[in-house]
Amino acid sequence: MPAGHVLALLGPNGAGKTTAVRAITTLSRPDSGTVEVAGHDLRRDPGGVRGSLGLSGQYAAVDERLTGHENLRMVAMLYGMGRKEARRRSWELLRRFRLDDVAHRRAGRYSGGMRRRLDLAGALIADPSVVVLDEPTTGLDPRGRMDTWDVIGELVAGGTSVLLTTQYLEEADQLADSIAVIDRGDVIARGTADELKTCVGGERLELVVEHPADLETARAALLVSGSGPPDSDPQARRVRAAVTNGRKALGNVLTALDEQGVPVLDVALCRPTLDDVFLELTGHHTGDDGPDTGNVHRAEARP
Amino acid sequence: MTLLREGGVVAWRNLLNIRRNPGSLVTGVVQPVMFVLLLAYVFGGSLGGDAYREFLVAGILVQTLTFGTSLTAIGLANDLHKGIVDRFRSLPMSRMAVILGRTTSDLAVSALSVVVIVVCGLLIGWRVNGTLTEALAAFGLLLLFAFAVSWIGAVIGLTARSVEVAQSLGLIWLFPVTFVSGAFVSISAMPAPLAAVAEWNPVTATATAARELFGNASPPGLAPPEGWPAENALLYSVLSSLAIIVLFASLALVQYRRINRR
Repeated sequence: MPAGHVLALLGPNGAGKTTAVRAITTLSRPDSGTVEVAGHDLRRDPGGVRGSLGLSGQYAAVDERLTGHENLRMVAMLYGMGRKEARRRSWELLRRFRLDDVAHRRAGRYSGGMRRRLDLAGALIADPSVVVLDEPTTGLDPRGRMDTWDVIGELVAGGTSVLLTTQYLEEADQLADSIAVIDRGDVIARGTADELKTCVGGERLELVVEHPADLETARAALLVSGSGPPDSDPQARRVRAAVTNGRKALGNVLTALDEQGVPVLDVALCRPTLDDVFLELTGHHTGDDGPDTGNVHRAEARP
Repeated sequence: MTLLREGGVVAWRNLLNIRRNPGSLVTGVVQPVMFVLLLAYVFGGSLGGDAYREFLVAGILVQTLTFGTSLTAIGLANDLHKGIVDRFRSLPMSRMAVILGRTTSDLAVSALSVVVIVVCGLLIGWRVNGTLTEALAAFGLLLLFAFAVSWIGAVIGLTARSVEVAQSLGLIWLFPVTFVSGAFVSISAMPAPLAAVAEWNPVTATATAARELFGNASPPGLAPPEGWPAENALLYSVLSSLAIIVLFASLALVQYRRINRR
């Protein structure tokens, strides 16, 4: 992973993201495999790994009885900074994360978003070359999420490498240079967001008809112009199919339906979202991990 | 040197926590007052009155300091299960510093307990009859003992599966250890097997050595402990404290390295 690179580990709950993070940050010992962080081997030099790494956990580990400033000073001093430097760095980060107003309030009285920011500040206090963020925006309000995204952007601009886990496809799409999709403990796909989307297939054409009775006609039209079998959703009166030449297919389908007098409510030409990628790769949606997803077909695509 | 500096940072953090949660001081500050009054006036009358009260204070000191280990156990278990230890473990700091910081901050609490008991003792008629140097040596000995047994609490706190378990495990062993000793009564009145345990119990040696240094005699009806540990109480107390530190610090470190939760 080159410097200034953002790698996202993407997967649903229980996929093994946190397990991977705990292994990489030396919190637990991996059963097998090797990991190198900033040139330090995880097994032979765990101290070196910890020295060049900043971790912000999923369950923000801030000391509730310490103030924000005290929390940061403590972490700074444990990274080896002297009193003065620790104090200066702490204030610098408190200002950067808009926590300077509440610096002397106990962290236990912070809101959820403020605690996440404090934890993130702790991860950055020693200017580590690699920052590991375990679901940094889970549970944040939209503003908090945007702020966190900005911070990650700044870090990367400054040459820091970021490993982040997320269950939000949008987040991985937005931030990451490359994405590793994890499911049930395995990396099932790796690449840029674009590569992943391409491997699922090109554009899709989506139609919503006004009357449920017209669904079959629309489906037939898509079958002719599309490049794959259309799937339909009677509930939403929607048909969808992969297409090779989107514009041309769009024109053909609309003309065909117009000739047959089928009123079309909505039409869209879209590239696959990472959600589609996930569905395609794992056979189940990102959010649900229930046993009833087993009947959905499991795609073979493993690039 | 780094270990001491890092241990100091952790101890500072622990003391801030204790200051903002004074309820955690009940064991160290309120309980000894209760024990002094209960033992001095409920048992004291039957066991020798004023003479027993003078004898009692060193026993209460050792007992309270031993009970202080439960604070160590609970403190570490709390940090472990609230994710604070994970935060520490992701930092480039010494493994030992987290535990050393805890035993150090609990030593400060122990010192506070000693002050409370001394004041209580003076109020019920206890006096220091030896020299100032001897008295200071006695306090030093007591705090060394407190620091040593604190490592036992550390092992319990790091081993327990939850804070509740740490709390009960950290407390249960304290009763036999402090009562099967010469801290409050005469060992010679115990059945032979118990007497043998009590004779070699570091609690007995530490209480006996402290009494000698304070110049506190046993009350008339209460035979002082005998045998090598009692005759060399000071030496035996120091040696056993050092042995406890070496043994339990190693165990605590092993236990700390084993933490692989989740």
